[in-house]
Amino acid sequence: MKMINKISKNENSTSLSLVKTTYTRYMITTVVLALIYVFLMFLVNQGIIGDYILRIMKQIGIFLIAALGLNLILGFTGQFTMGHAAFMSIGAYGSAIMTKNFNMPFPIALLVGIILAGILAALIGYPILRLKGDYLAICTLGFGEIVKVVIQNVDYVGGARGISGIPGSTSFLIVLIGVALCYAILKNLIHSSKGRAIMSIREDEIAAEAMGINSTKYKMIAFIIGSSMAGLAGGLYAHFNSFIDPASFAFSKSIELITYVVLGGMGSLSGTVIGTSILIYLPECLRGLSEVFKTYRILIYAVMLVLMMIFRPQGILGTREITVDNIIKFFKKFGKNSTKNIVQDEKAGE
Amino acid sequence: MSTLLQQIVNGICLGSVYALIAIGYTMVYGIIKLINFAHCDIYMVGAFLGYFAATVLGLGFIPSLIFSMVSCAVLGMLIERIAYKPLRNSPNVTLLITTMGMELILQNFVKADFVAGPNTRNFPEVIPLISYKIGAITISNLQIIALAITIILCVALQYLVNKTRTGRAMRATSYDRDAAALMGININRVISLTFALGSALAATAGVLVGMLYPRLEPAMGVMPGLKSFVAAVLGGIGIIPGAMFGGLAMGLIETLSKVYISSGLSDAIAFSILIIILIVKPTGLFGKKNNVKV
Repeated sequence: MKMINKISKNENSTSLSLVKTTYTRYMITTVVLALIYVFLMFLVNQGIIGDYILRIMKQIGIFLIAALGLNLILGFTGQFTMGHAAFMSIGAYGSAIMTKNFNMPFPIALLVGIILAGILAALIGYPILRLKGDYLAICTLGFGEIVKVVIQNVDYVGGARGISGIPGSTSFLIVLIGVALCYAILKNLIHSSKGRAIMSIREDEIAAEAMGINSTKYKMIAFIIGSSMAGLAGGLYAHFNSFIDPASFAFSKSIELITYVVLGGMGSLSGTVIGTSILIYLPECLRGLSEVFKTYRILIYAVMLVLMMIFRPQGILGTREITVDNIIKFFKKFGKNSTKNIVQDEKAGE
Repeated sequence: MSTLLQQIVNGICLGSVYALIAIGYTMVYGIIKLINFAHCDIYMVGAFLGYFAATVLGLGFIPSLIFSMVSCAVLGMLIERIAYKPLRNSPNVTLLITTMGMELILQNFVKADFVAGPNTRNFPEVIPLISYKIGAITISNLQIIALAITIILCVALQYLVNKTRTGRAMRATSYDRDAAALMGININRVISLTFALGSALAATAGVLVGMLYPRLEPAMGVMPGLKSFVAAVLGGIGIIPGAMFGGLAMGLIETLSKVYISSGLSDAIAFSILIIILIVKPTGLFGKKNNVKV
């Protein structure tokens, strides 16, 4: 009896401490993010960061949300989808109509966009996620085009002219909260048992099914979550740009999102952050430098993409992540290596 | 009734262009299991090269067509050698992204100021337009020429693939690349040849479209490219007669749905057909079932 008591006590204490540590971790992350936000707002108020930079930062955040969702489908589940921009357009149109035609508050409109994108993902995902590889890519591509053409032909949403005069209520705070939430959701999902199941589908779908994993179910989960995030990004984009039209969510936008994910590394959340930031910020910061870059921006992008695929197909980070733990580990290892080298040098000297 | 017949004639003409592009998609997929997204831009480059030959060099129709075909064949081979060959053994996603990158490169290169610029251009009238009236149907000589060229090229390609030694090497490579290499077939040459043939056919399609609907712009390849890709999937990707059939079917579906259903939604109808086919019979109408072995 005593033993059992002891064990249960131990278990209790460990689980408690676990909760405590994750809880404190969340607290610390929230506080750090809040501090960063306050610091940035301080800089904005002082005029050190202009509206232009703030606008670019918002843009990075918005596309980062969509790219994170895409990374869940493309990088972690290994399902090649080329219609991600279509879900962005659903979110954008859904929320824009809510705020403009029904005078809904902004957060509810965003929620409507997310739910619409999620429902559509569930409807389209159920039949097409059984397809594999290239066929899935083609199917999602076709789906993206269908969504575009249908929106172009519905007069209620403005047809090819799009919707203009959407209230510009996307603030930097909302974007930051959105990014943090999406990042946290994905990180927790990936480190849960469901996340392991999702990643096992990427590695080998047949083997995963043989291990008793319901691959369709987990593919659906990943597809719906990823697409809902695209819906959120679309809603934010609509209220950031104040104008949307079907052409702004065309096939090329899907490719752009894929580029962000691939540059950072498929299967790495922090890689997506880096990839998106670089690819959105680089053209903006080089715009002032030279006219050549501005005119041939997409050409340079494309050349970069092809070179990158040839020389470093796994992206900047591969599947690794940048976390506080990893950084500490890296520095510790680095320190050890350098001391080892010194010891070896001394030995060689003897 | 007469509109229906007229639309069928127009649809077959459009479909023959789609078929020419679709053959390139299907041949490349058959050999290296790759969806070559850059293919639709080779079609666009072909149209521009035909324009260049006809205006700047002042060549006639047939010489411009041959000029465009040969240059595009070389371009297709070069693209394969530079961008795709180093990646032949890497995962599918990597290759797909590379082809998209190539697509963007070609499109924006032509769009650049020192090449053609972003404006639309009008293809010169290389052959004067003559319209024939047969009963209630009107056919122009250009449509007849386009159809004739398509049929000649398709027959020639079928002969090449099915009756010659090179064709046998191509079929062997598409059946099993490694085994074909062990039998002494030069795989690299076969793959280059496939890209060259596909690109030459796409260039032909480009020149024919330039002649039939004389408007050229750098983004002109995207929609026909997607549609002929749908055509290739419809007929069963990897099967050349399937691509020809699929192209004709797509042309007919597009023109008929434009007239009888809705002109705006005809693209959506084309892609819905794609999705339905993929869900019901992913291997296409002419395809055989392929079991995955563990």
